[in-house]
Amino acid sequence: MSEIIHRRPWPLNTVIWLFVLCWVFIAGFPFLWTMWGSFKVQGDFFSKADWAYAISGVRTQVETGGAFTGDGYFGSWITKSFWVAALNTMIVVISVVVISLTLGTLGGYALARSGKKYAFYLLMLALVFRAMPHITLVSGYLLPFFEWNLWGHLPTAIIVMVAINQPFTLWMLHSFFLNIPKDLDESAMVDGCTRFQAFRRVIVPVMWPGVVTTGLFSFLLAYNDFTVTATLLSQANQTMVPKIASFLGTTQTEGNVMFAVAAVVSATAPLFLLVMVFQRQIVSGLTSGAVKG
Amino acid sequence: MVLFIALPIGSVFIQSLHIEHVAVLKEVKNCGPFGCKLEVQIDVEASAQIKEEQPLGKFNGFGTYKNRNHLATRELALAWTDSPNWGKFLSKTYNLPFYRALAFTLTYTFVVTPLVLLLGFCIALGVNSLPKQFKGPTIFVSLLPMIVTPLIGSLILFWMIDAEGILGSMLQWLFEDPNLSLKASPTLTWIMLIIYGIWHSAPFAFIVFYAGLQTVPTDTIEAAMIDGASRWERTRYVVLPHLVPLIVFISLIQLMDNFRVFEPIVSFSAQASATSLSWIIYNDLAGGEGIFFGSAGATSVLTILGVAVLLIPVLLRTWRDFKGKVV
Repeated sequence: MSEIIHRRPWPLNTVIWLFVLCWVFIAGFPFLWTMWGSFKVQGDFFSKADWAYAISGVRTQVETGGAFTGDGYFGSWITKSFWVAALNTMIVVISVVVISLTLGTLGGYALARSGKKYAFYLLMLALVFRAMPHITLVSGYLLPFFEWNLWGHLPTAIIVMVAINQPFTLWMLHSFFLNIPKDLDESAMVDGCTRFQAFRRVIVPVMWPGVVTTGLFSFLLAYNDFTVTATLLSQANQTMVPKIASFLGTTQTEGNVMFAVAAVVSATAPLFLLVMVFQRQIVSGLTSGAVKG
Repeated sequence: MVLFIALPIGSVFIQSLHIEHVAVLKEVKNCGPFGCKLEVQIDVEASAQIKEEQPLGKFNGFGTYKNRNHLATRELALAWTDSPNWGKFLSKTYNLPFYRALAFTLTYTFVVTPLVLLLGFCIALGVNSLPKQFKGPTIFVSLLPMIVTPLIGSLILFWMIDAEGILGSMLQWLFEDPNLSLKASPTLTWIMLIIYGIWHSAPFAFIVFYAGLQTVPTDTIEAAMIDGASRWERTRYVVLPHLVPLIVFISLIQLMDNFRVFEPIVSFSAQASATSLSWIIYNDLAGGEGIFFGSAGATSVLTILGVAVLLIPVLLRTWRDFKGKVV
């Protein structure tokens, strides 16, 4: 039967192919182009003479002697100490993921097994906090943090991000734990486990798919965040995204724009890998909300 | 959770009622070789003392809400009485920072959301009819604009449409106008931001719709075919109704996300021609001219109200649905 559905007239087929190709081009080309350009000098990537210079690398040949140059990367990572920002990002992201997953699994499991209908309120909370612009929350945090001298440190930003993310994490893990049959831990408890042992020995081994999906979204939130990190961290503790934004403020001099380009490409690379490895989980995470909600 | 989420909102509200202290001034006799002069100086000690006593600043009531940078009640009233017609009134209103930001935020939200739905649906239909081995890579590429950090994604586009970047020079060549710059004109900047918004959010709609398309019952489609429905009719009367819940879901998420549009404005450095509510708050907090907690707080409270207005219909609906499910 599906054969008949899938047979369609050739003009329609062509249109579909063209459309999808077009979309793939629009979606993918900017990244490809920027990656290619990051190995050129500014005279090529922002060419006043001819945009084709960016492909052939005429100025790059003249200025550095090769068709490709790592100057942008060297400048941003070493000279402008982008590596510090990368390190900070790693600390922040890993802590946010670990903390929010720990709280989320324990809390989500407890809520799922407590028998009351929390799902709705959790969902509402998650929705409301998704809707709230982060900056409004941050403007509330800022003054007390100044008063208590907490401003500018990495742990502060980590705690704030965990807090913003927690309702969502709880809701996702909660609905995931609801899908694990109750019989599983009940039978473990009949066999003499305590509640916590049942959780550790029976639930933990089967919960990884849900945890991975939720962790991915915490990761994306922490990694992509600009508002919280830009306003709550001091210059020395900046993570990658605000660092790139600050590059822009100071990089009007010749050649330095390429630092920002190189930094952008370096910051995008981990996300590429992430999507490549976890595509299935990201898609399922995005759609589970839709199917259930 | 209460600590981290309810408290900030309270704190924002309290802050919004206060304004910064006016620095205490004192007169100092400054004697030099050319005689003595009376000078007005800032009394640092006294200012610091006041700051110590009232860290929030002077209590201002709703004054901050009403001043020129926020609701601008007086200016509005003035514009209302002065303007002969609606057009004048609107253009005067548009000059007030808060309403300018509101105008852009609302336009952005209500233009991007429907276009994202439409584009996402088309892509989903297209990808769904591809041969199997092409689906995976296509989805991978499609995910990229959404997954990439908004600030970075918009920077990448910004560099391309720079007058010296590839798209910028392409456009100049197309319109045969070597001075064409997308950054110079407010209208073009708005269009640019909106295009970025669509580029960024379409993948989300696509993925959700695509998942929805997998669950369309084949029996119904077969039945429609037997009844003689054309391809278009099958899409219109079978597939689309099946996807209605997803449309509601996506537009809800998109409304929320687009209402807080912020990063693209920073990286397009478009603040001259387009500001959003979030951007105003950010500018108050980290704009470089000092920190204005009161002002930021007032805008925050107004933004939260705006979000509430947007969300209440949806929340009520979800609540009804949920009740229906339980009973």
